[in-house]
Amino acid sequence: MWEYSDKVKEHFKNPRNVGSIENADAIGEAGALSCGDKLKLYLKIDNGIIKDAKFQTFGCGSAVAASSILTEMIIGKSVEEARKITNKQIADELDGLPPEKMHCSVMGREALEDALKNYEGEDWQDYVVEDEGTSPVICHCFSVTEQQIIDAIVNNCAKTVDDISQITHAGLACGRCIDNIKSILSKYVKDEKKILNPVQRIIKINTIIETVIAPELKKDFGDIELINVEGNNVIVKLKGHCSTCQNAKLTLKNFVETKLKELVDEELIVIEG
Amino acid sequence: MKVYLDNNATTRIDEKVLEAMLPYLKEDYANPSSMYDPARISAKAIEHAREQVADFLGTKDASQILFTSCATESANTAIKGVAEKYGSASKNHIITTSVEHPCVLSVYESLEKKGYKTSYIGVNENGELNIDSLLSKITPETLLLSVMNANNETGAIYPVYEIAKEAKKINKDIKVFIDGVQAAGKIPIELENSEIDYFSISGHKFHAPKGVGALYVKKGNLFEPYMLGGHQENSLRAGTQNTPYIVGLGVAAQLAKEGLTYEATEVKRLRDKLEQGILSGLKNARLNSKSKERVPNTTNIGFEYIEGELILLYLNDLGIYASSGSACTSGSLDPSHVLRAQKVPFTSLHGSIRFSLSKFTKEDEVDYAIKNTIEVIKKLAKISPYQEELKKLGL
Repeated sequence: MWEYSDKVKEHFKNPRNVGSIENADAIGEAGALSCGDKLKLYLKIDNGIIKDAKFQTFGCGSAVAASSILTEMIIGKSVEEARKITNKQIADELDGLPPEKMHCSVMGREALEDALKNYEGEDWQDYVVEDEGTSPVICHCFSVTEQQIIDAIVNNCAKTVDDISQITHAGLACGRCIDNIKSILSKYVKDEKKILNPVQRIIKINTIIETVIAPELKKDFGDIELINVEGNNVIVKLKGHCSTCQNAKLTLKNFVETKLKELVDEELIVIEG
Repeated sequence: MKVYLDNNATTRIDEKVLEAMLPYLKEDYANPSSMYDPARISAKAIEHAREQVADFLGTKDASQILFTSCATESANTAIKGVAEKYGSASKNHIITTSVEHPCVLSVYESLEKKGYKTSYIGVNENGELNIDSLLSKITPETLLLSVMNANNETGAIYPVYEIAKEAKKINKDIKVFIDGVQAAGKIPIELENSEIDYFSISGHKFHAPKGVGALYVKKGNLFEPYMLGGHQENSLRAGTQNTPYIVGLGVAAQLAKEGLTYEATEVKRLRDKLEQGILSGLKNARLNSKSKERVPNTTNIGFEYIEGELILLYLNDLGIYASSGSACTSGSLDPSHVLRAQKVPFTSLHGSIRFSLSKFTKEDEVDYAIKNTIEVIKKLAKISPYQEELKKLGL
């Protein structure tokens, strides 16, 4: 059973704006029946303002919730504002989605993008936002983006197509994207350690601390922050329960340092600053 | 109303089973391997349970029964144990079906990494096995043949006795492992005069608690033990025996055997009522459990153009508990390997729900489930983007 937020539950139990709009100004689609997810989005647009939005979704609870909240988010917004909406914002608006279900928010974002392309026709230009929502979709069945696959490699040590599938579900349904996954793997896994310049290295250390290590510590009401990287010394500050915990030294060596060694560089040493 | 229709996932423990277990959780706690009198009480209870399980599995010699912690352990023990004992470069071929439970398929995948070759036999659109195609795969290199007795998702029964018999006519050295988990407690099991070498069962599928299972090992079929340690279970499964749970398994086995007629009549009647009620109430409902031979408690129905998780979530809100696929795969998002193997169309593949009943299922619960499933599907049809297709189906 998935851990859905109350808001997700509320939205799939009582979805808003279900249905279609006759003479819609824009219709967008994402997903496919064979993949187990499909969203159809209808928009009524007047003077560049989205006056009404309706949806029809074939999909799981979170797919319906993401579609429902998306319609609420865009009604009343200008087209310009709507196209800036990212999949993360959709998920955040639902008080989060389980990681396995993030593709539902991506589907919402894709259907919106498709609808706005449909509205603007030839004039559409890809709008660049720094977010996974605009990263190209590699697996269309589960809406897995290139960025998510890279994240799986960088943050979760994925080394094979199977690893990627387990983490992101990419490649599990029709399998057409497997060659693309392989090419991403060859790009990132092979060059993983060599290409890092000092700045990239710090960024990677920080990413690992924020996305891999901190969430684990938070489970025990602790937290961690990167202070500095000097040569191979990673200086961190333990926070929350970790700062008063008797086992903090163990945590630093056995968990934080081990993870950083495994994911970034064997030479790294973690020091509390 | 709460209606539990997921008995292929696990069952409610029978009060009589619980009662029989309690003394061994309280006063009769002695280690059955010890030397004093109280230990004899535990040891005797275990041997009595072994007799009960042997009788349940249709065999006279109780020494052929090993107690384990679950069916996954039973399957791992049998398969890996056979591979270690009898496997070699010239005996490295395994035949199984593409619809086995993950606890079996995963073991074959791991053996493949060690150089074993596996032939996976598919099923037809009714979920039935083609025995001739299975037998045609047998070669002198074939080490193990492994077929489930009944499928957990569709309830299809496979003719394991016939398969074992015919297989050994072709190659007498083949070992036959049968995953009997979903058959136990639902249909009779007769191992005595069969050619089956290993047969696994799990207590919690027939009203014993979780955490206890058994493995039948036909006499003379040694294997390399999986659990090493003390001399318990004839040195084939080390570890202090779990007396209360083994006692529970024994009582549950006896009750299950006595209840087979009820399963075949009353449980089947209620299952058929549920199935017919849903199928006749909804034109987008397609039966996936189409095998000619089927266990009496299971039905699997696909609802076209509606997604399964959403159906389960809506049913859950109404107190109706069912499942899509096996509980062991429900954490994943890809559709059931069993339904894909029988080529269920994409239109209903993602909307397939398994309802599994038990002796505790009541008539008014079935009526409630029929009525509410129909209402849920009608409600969810309104959200689907496939309005034209659903309209043609009267929704």
